[in-house]
Amino acid sequence: MRVAENLNAALHRALAEDPDLHLLGEDVLDPYGGAFKITRGLSDRFPERVLSTPISENAITGVAAGLALAGDSAIVEIMFGDFAALAFDQLVNFAAKSVSMYGSRVPMRLVVRCPVGGGRGYGPTHSQSLQKHFVGVPGLALYEVSPFHDNADVLAEMFAREEPCVLFEDKVLYTRPMYEVAEPFRLDVHTPGVARVFLDERPDCVVVAGGGVSHRVMAAMRSLLLEEEIVCTLLVPSRLYPVGIELPPGTRRVFVVEEGTAGGTWGAEVAHEIHRRHFADLDGPVTLIHSADSVIPTAPHLEAAVLVGADDVHRVIRETLRG
Amino acid sequence: MTATVTEAAVAEGAPSDEDLSLLLTIRAFEERLLDLFGQGMLNGTTHTCLGQEYVPVALEALLRPEDHVFSNHRGHGHYLARHRDPEGLLAEIMGRRGAVCGGVGGSQHIRTERYLSTGVQGESLPVACGVALRLRRVSPGALACVYVGDGTWGEGGVYEALNLAALWRLPLLVVVENNGIAQSTPTQRAMAGTIAGRAAAFGIAHERVVGSDLAAIRRQLAPGVEAVRGGAPLVVEFVTHRLGPHSKGDDTRPAGELARVRAADWRAPYAAAEPERVARLEAAARARIEAVVADVVAREPS
Ligand SMILES: Cc1ncc(C[n+]2csc(CCOP(=O)(O)OP(=O)(O)O)c2C)c(N)n1
Ligand SMILES: [Mg+2]
Repeated sequence: MRVAENLNAALHRALAEDPDLHLLGEDVLDPYGGAFKITRGLSDRFPERVLSTPISENAITGVAAGLALAGDSAIVEIMFGDFAALAFDQLVNFAAKSVSMYGSRVPMRLVVRCPVGGGRGYGPTHSQSLQKHFVGVPGLALYEVSPFHDNADVLAEMFAREEPCVLFEDKVLYTRPMYEVAEPFRLDVHTPGVARVFLDERPDCVVVAGGGVSHRVMAAMRSLLLEEEIVCTLLVPSRLYPVGIELPPGTRRVFVVEEGTAGGTWGAEVAHEIHRRHFADLDGPVTLIHSADSVIPTAPHLEAAVLVGADDVHRVIRETLRG
Repeated sequence: MTATVTEAAVAEGAPSDEDLSLLLTIRAFEERLLDLFGQGMLNGTTHTCLGQEYVPVALEALLRPEDHVFSNHRGHGHYLARHRDPEGLLAEIMGRRGAVCGGVGGSQHIRTERYLSTGVQGESLPVACGVALRLRRVSPGALACVYVGDGTWGEGGVYEALNLAALWRLPLLVVVENNGIAQSTPTQRAMAGTIAGRAAAFGIAHERVVGSDLAAIRRQLAPGVEAVRGGAPLVVEFVTHRLGPHSKGDDTRPAGELARVRAADWRAPYAAAEPERVARLEAAARARIEAVVADVVAREPS
């Protein structure tokens, strides 16, 4: 099963199990089924609760927040995550704040789905990884789709939090298979919600990465193993924020990989958390690996130069560990 | 689609004691709040509804318990008309025990039962559409009422929400308190065209209310509000007057303008028509608010 199918199945299941759940977004109706086909089949099955909306990200998110406020649950599909900028006020100033600003906790079961990331030549306004812009908002939790987490579980967890969540979906994952790791690595669930890709040998380093870059990291882990005899363990958290990474005992080197561009990154937040808890155990500070400080260009050669790739991950890890 | 009724304030007979008391209680509350600010006893900011008290009092008679009300920064009157709770509101504003929202929200962020206010202009319209969507499904006949000012019509979210409300036939009642000014900016400097024209663009009915006679307002609005309950959204534009500053001590309007605004105050015609009743109820309202202030000021922090 591919990631897109897993996500689609998760949405089907969520709508079937929760009669109060609504899904709103632009062009989500069948037969079109959303710009990336993730909502395929939903409106035929749940016509009352799957609503195609005008091009109004502010209002869609506000409507979903209103549903949540009144006791329903809601999922918003932002066609391209970049457009979540137009929903920022509703998310940050209304939905997330409402959880606590009225003195007692107001449950808000709301998930905003954001397809993000480049690699498909959509250009500067359709290719960003916006995770960093949402880090650190009280009452707002961030999740990222990965090939290693069943989205039905992820959705259930987000709704159980009863606070607004943003689900980032790296578009390059949609066509990738679920639960597949590069040989000779193996996959398990390390701590709840954190997938681990590893070898039995003691690793030279731990790489923390969002699901969207996991294939790039696995490719680097393979070439580092074969060419440099460097052994890496990859940790892929489903929840990006609040950060909840447990390092395996004995970890001495940590890298954080993400596709977001330089400056104020999610990785910096992860590094801070790791430094706070494990600084004395590490051989050096956590190393951040991310895309360049740039807009995401359209032409393939320019885009590839900006976006973090397997070669970047390989090079930085080799240079950091071997000098 | 636009209807206008012009009425003198007491054209349709005297308001009930209850309505008059509520009007005067809101006024006493707001006036006392400005005093407390002047004495340095309040923190932060506040926006009083002096001059506009009759708007929520008139509407309260048309609303039902199952309706939701969304308010804005200038919301004390909206809250008091709905919940008659000056103690809880003052405690909220002062951060004292008994505060409606534990002192976290303060003057412009209040939520209790089906009432909610927030301080970002225009933000509540889409949210109210979401609530209306739920009401239509689980509580047919109930509506979501949203108070906004004239200046808030500069926000794009207002139009996204009006479009959705019309498209989806949501039970949404938009109440515009057009007091001719937004903070310091006169409406004509911020709004091209009219509110009526903007409502018409979405095929949404619009009622323009001039005057402050409670009975006349209720008679004018009752059919439209009833239609909202059946899924025909409505914009009601009150032509009203902000007697006080935008928040506190920040009124830069010229003296002539202020005199014009004060001359339009709803209180004068009531007082002229029934001086004794107004004096009696006003004294009672002030005494009540005095007691509330004495009580709340003495409470420990929330
Ligand atoms: C999005 C946003 N922008 C600016 C403000 C600051 N602000 C608070 S009230 C106000 C004026 C609002 O005018 P209007 O809608 O006419 O309401 P009124 O104050 O007259 O009742 C402004 C600019 C705000 N609260 N929210
Ligand atoms: Mg105004």
